[in-house]
Amino acid sequence: MDIVIVLIKIVLALVWFLVLTLYLTWLERKESAVIQDRVGANRASIFGIRILGLFQPFADAIKMIFKEDFVPAFSKKFLHTLAPFLSFFFVAICITAMPFGNDIMVGGRTISLQIFDANVGLLFVLAMLSLGIYGILLSGWASNNRYSLLGGIRGAAQLISYEVALGLSLVGLIMVFPSLKLSEIVQSQGGLLFGFLPKWGVFLQPLGFIIFLFAALAETKRVPFDLPEGESEIIGFFTEYGGLKWGLFMMTDFMEIIIVSTLLTTLFFGGWQVPWLSADGFQFPWGGQWQMARWLVIIFQVLAFNIKVFFFCWLQILIRWTYPRFRYDQLMDMGWKLLVPLSLVNIVGTGLLLMVIK
Amino acid sequence: MIRSLGYFWELIKGSLITARHFVVNMWFHTLKLFGIKTKRRGAVTIQYPEQKKALASRHRSLQRLLKRQDLKPRCVSCMLCVTVCPSECIYVEAAEDPDPDIQKYPSTFIIDLSRCCFCGFCVEACPEDAIRMDTGKIDLAQSTRQDLIYDLDKLLK
Repeated sequence: MDIVIVLIKIVLALVWFLVLTLYLTWLERKESAVIQDRVGANRASIFGIRILGLFQPFADAIKMIFKEDFVPAFSKKFLHTLAPFLSFFFVAICITAMPFGNDIMVGGRTISLQIFDANVGLLFVLAMLSLGIYGILLSGWASNNRYSLLGGIRGAAQLISYEVALGLSLVGLIMVFPSLKLSEIVQSQGGLLFGFLPKWGVFLQPLGFIIFLFAALAETKRVPFDLPEGESEIIGFFTEYGGLKWGLFMMTDFMEIIIVSTLLTTLFFGGWQVPWLSADGFQFPWGGQWQMARWLVIIFQVLAFNIKVFFFCWLQILIRWTYPRFRYDQLMDMGWKLLVPLSLVNIVGTGLLLMVIK
Repeated sequence: MIRSLGYFWELIKGSLITARHFVVNMWFHTLKLFGIKTKRRGAVTIQYPEQKKALASRHRSLQRLLKRQDLKPRCVSCMLCVTVCPSECIYVEAAEDPDPDIQKYPSTFIIDLSRCCFCGFCVEACPEDAIRMDTGKIDLAQSTRQDLIYDLDKLLK
């Protein structure tokens, strides 16, 4: 029975993840269009029906599936094929650790809306995100093309240097909510600060949030930090890929956006917590009360999680369509000379504050 | 490190500009979705095959040959358009007309649109006002080259 429940959870989470990924490509086109006073892709249609181009992702998928699966003669065939799968797998597996909602009771059985509630959940996600580097390095190496190799090396250097800031910025957060378990981190964000402010990570760790946001943006390898790829000018690590393999790299990018959004949500914006909503309804700090059924509360919480994730996806696309690319030395400067020292300052400051309070 | 903090405010300003564009345009898109007419539109796009922009009155589009009152072409085969054409896309063969005032008429008049650059020199050169570029037809693409060769029948239509 437990296995069935886990299987159902895996299927639901993957469907949620992949559908959201597909529609992020649509959102990216539409949002950039709206930002630039355009209309965006709206021609894809089924039997003449085109609802704001909502079928566009399927058209793209069909196009990519029917393209030639080309492997250049000079590349290492096995590794060349392996690389996109590696980078896809290590991002896709991160979704298992994300808490979508509070525990639910079905037929006297407690089911947590999370696939894999590890004690080291946070470290697991960070580790899997770091392992994604292998996909990039491998694709650059196996393509056996100098420019692809350079792109792969740029990518690896960038990801490793921002990995440091990413990890260090979360140390303060782990000190405040003393746990690495993602479900516990979300649980402990349920309280109130000064009696009215929700006890979210962003209010307890504002500096940590900013550092994490920048480092996570660099992790997604998108425009302000898209040096590994550089689709408009420099040649990136997936030059020698085409068709569905290229599509896997593209999907990995969008999946990383979602993973980063879920991480930002669970760590800094209270996960599925709704402000002032406890197990049996709203309790407002100004004294009002609003009773609610248990199932309604759970729906509210899952909705809150989704809305927060959507918001951060939107924000990341907005950032991608606003800024020009960093120069490589600026990128390294920002990683090593700004984010890493700031996150060290954050750790020391958080430690001192915690010591004073205790 | 301190120097790089200087552009932080500019980064926020920049993203506020794009966010403003997003919110304002989204507002007009939403109003349009609910059928509310506004003076401003969410996007500046003209969606071409469905919506067409009005052509300017002097716009040079597909050529046509004009006719006299007796429905014969006005052209007198003076070869001025053939001479002036920079892409050499007009081919005219003259034949003798029984009327001594006209003397010549074109037995073939071919414009090869695959070469035409729509400069309008032929219209300027014509002494009889026999050729004009005012049909307003601009979607001229064809799937074979032969379809782009316009002869007397097509041009007189």
